[in-house]
Amino acid sequence: MAAGAAQLRVEGVAKQFGGVTAVDEVSLEVQQGEILSVIGPNGAGKTSLLNMVSGFYRPDRGRIAFEGEDITNLPPSRIAERGIARTFQNIALFKGMTVLDNLMLGRHVRMKSGVFASFVYWGLAQKEEMAHREKVEDLIEFLKLEDLRKQPTGALSYGLQKRVELGRALALEPKALLLDEPMGGMNQEEKEDMARYVLDVNEERGTTIILIEHDMGVVMDISKRVVVLDRGRVIAAGEPKSVQANPEVIRAYLGTKHAIRKAA
Amino acid sequence: MFHRESGYYKTTYAADMALYPLPIARWTVAGIALAMCIAPFVLHAYYVSVINLILVATVGALGLNILVGYTGQISIGHAAFMSVGAYTAANLAVRLDLPFWVTLPAGGLMAAAIGAIVGIPSLRIKGLYLAIATLAGQLIIEWTINHVPWISGGMQASIEVPRPTLFGAQLRTQHQLYWFLLFFAVLAIVGTLNLVRSRIGRAFIAIRDQDIAAEIIGINIFRYKLLAFAISSFYAGVTGVLYTYYLGIANYEQFQIVTSIDYLAMIIIGGLGSILGSIFGAIFVTLLPIAIRLAMENWGAFLFGDADINNLIPNLRLMVFGGLIIVFLVLEPEGLNRLWRNIRSYFRVWPFSY
Repeated sequence: MAAGAAQLRVEGVAKQFGGVTAVDEVSLEVQQGEILSVIGPNGAGKTSLLNMVSGFYRPDRGRIAFEGEDITNLPPSRIAERGIARTFQNIALFKGMTVLDNLMLGRHVRMKSGVFASFVYWGLAQKEEMAHREKVEDLIEFLKLEDLRKQPTGALSYGLQKRVELGRALALEPKALLLDEPMGGMNQEEKEDMARYVLDVNEERGTTIILIEHDMGVVMDISKRVVVLDRGRVIAAGEPKSVQANPEVIRAYLGTKHAIRKAA
Repeated sequence: MFHRESGYYKTTYAADMALYPLPIARWTVAGIALAMCIAPFVLHAYYVSVINLILVATVGALGLNILVGYTGQISIGHAAFMSVGAYTAANLAVRLDLPFWVTLPAGGLMAAAIGAIVGIPSLRIKGLYLAIATLAGQLIIEWTINHVPWISGGMQASIEVPRPTLFGAQLRTQHQLYWFLLFFAVLAIVGTLNLVRSRIGRAFIAIRDQDIAAEIIGINIFRYKLLAFAISSFYAGVTGVLYTYYLGIANYEQFQIVTSIDYLAMIIIGGLGSILGSIFGAIFVTLLPIAIRLAMENWGAFLFGDADINNLIPNLRLMVFGGLIIVFLVLEPEGLNRLWRNIRSYFRVWPFSY
């Protein structure tokens, strides 16, 4: 990877579902260590874009490269191995499992124990479990989940579940973290907490963050750059301030009538 | 049963991750182990033979539970995998005169290979459709074994297998076989306990609970599903080998579809995704027909004539069986294991019921 080159490069990616074009020739570059927000009205193709980066959808056209290597057609598990983690809009935790087990699962790709070592356990597998348990305990401390360690995640409140899901993604020690509406459905206090965690992760670990979020206050506060999608196309990109003032963006969010009246 | 969890402070991760973190649980396990060691010395050969059957069934139930209870994939072909193990071992023992410590893992590995092949459709299909695919596996394997004389010695034939030998002595009596079977049952129990609490087992549970999330954290679903099929079939193969050594013959009749259903019944009644449940289920399903026969022989005469009783016993078994599965699915889907936990937690908070 050449110095200064983008960590994640999306080139002319397109995806159609039946007759609907969800994502239409989207290109964007994400630099190592930045916080990039992807915003846009409902149905703009934000989640579809994330699904293509994380390997759930195969783009019809275009190319996605991570750290200079093509990941366009890799399955999700291989993309995770390369260091891209994500959370989901509608939480996808393992609900019957404890917080601890969820986080330990996040470390799956960093662990090695095979069938035989697991079967015998005492010795190699136990040693590995303990080493990784320590890393997970660090995360539990970071996310202030100490007293919930042994709670099944299904019994936690919505905000806490989102936090555990963030923890599970972080357990992978990702180089890039894709967050799909991490603050959706939260109250103000929970949003502030989540924003703090995201900023801390970015600053302390240097993790690149790609964020889909509807709360403009949060987006404007924490992101370095903002990309605006509308009907599958990038209509604006740049610093939060400049994007906010972009007439195209205002039109996409508020409709054409408003724009016409303003012009008149 | 009377114990409190408070007051025990774990100071290391190893202590927190131990199989039995509480002293009371360790004492219970030690007590059961002691009882299992004393049992053959005080029990009549008949009762020992019943325990032997339970030990064999435990291995099979554990294996099936890894696949169905932990990984969430279904198999109605497990009896066929057992027969693969049984016939592999029988042929190796008879043709090549190999000892059990070669035939046993060989039978398990062969079953694992076949099981993984039958599991291939699990990548694309789930639930009922997978059930039908594994059912096809059961029928194909059954047919193949029956129609290839090289494997089975001919249509409807059985292969006589020499009893296992240990240190030059043949294990003939039920009492001798008891130790042989107990060893493998304990190995299977401990191995499964370890498996489900480490990396591989967690991945299985992840696939069961949320396959999309499992993929996103880097679990290769196809590989792990096949792995679950292979491990589960390995257990089944070993069960088949143990059963063959127990009976002294390998016979296809022991491994028909009814047996597959029996094992499914064990894990449903015992508790899906639970090791204790697998053991409960193996005990329950093995004892049920014996209990029914005893009951009918002793008290059946009040209601039916002698001739009817003999006809009734096998049918009654099926009826009670079907009825119980429905009762458990409706009332206690988590099986006997759940009932046991309810009793335990009742006593744990006793005398305060909240």
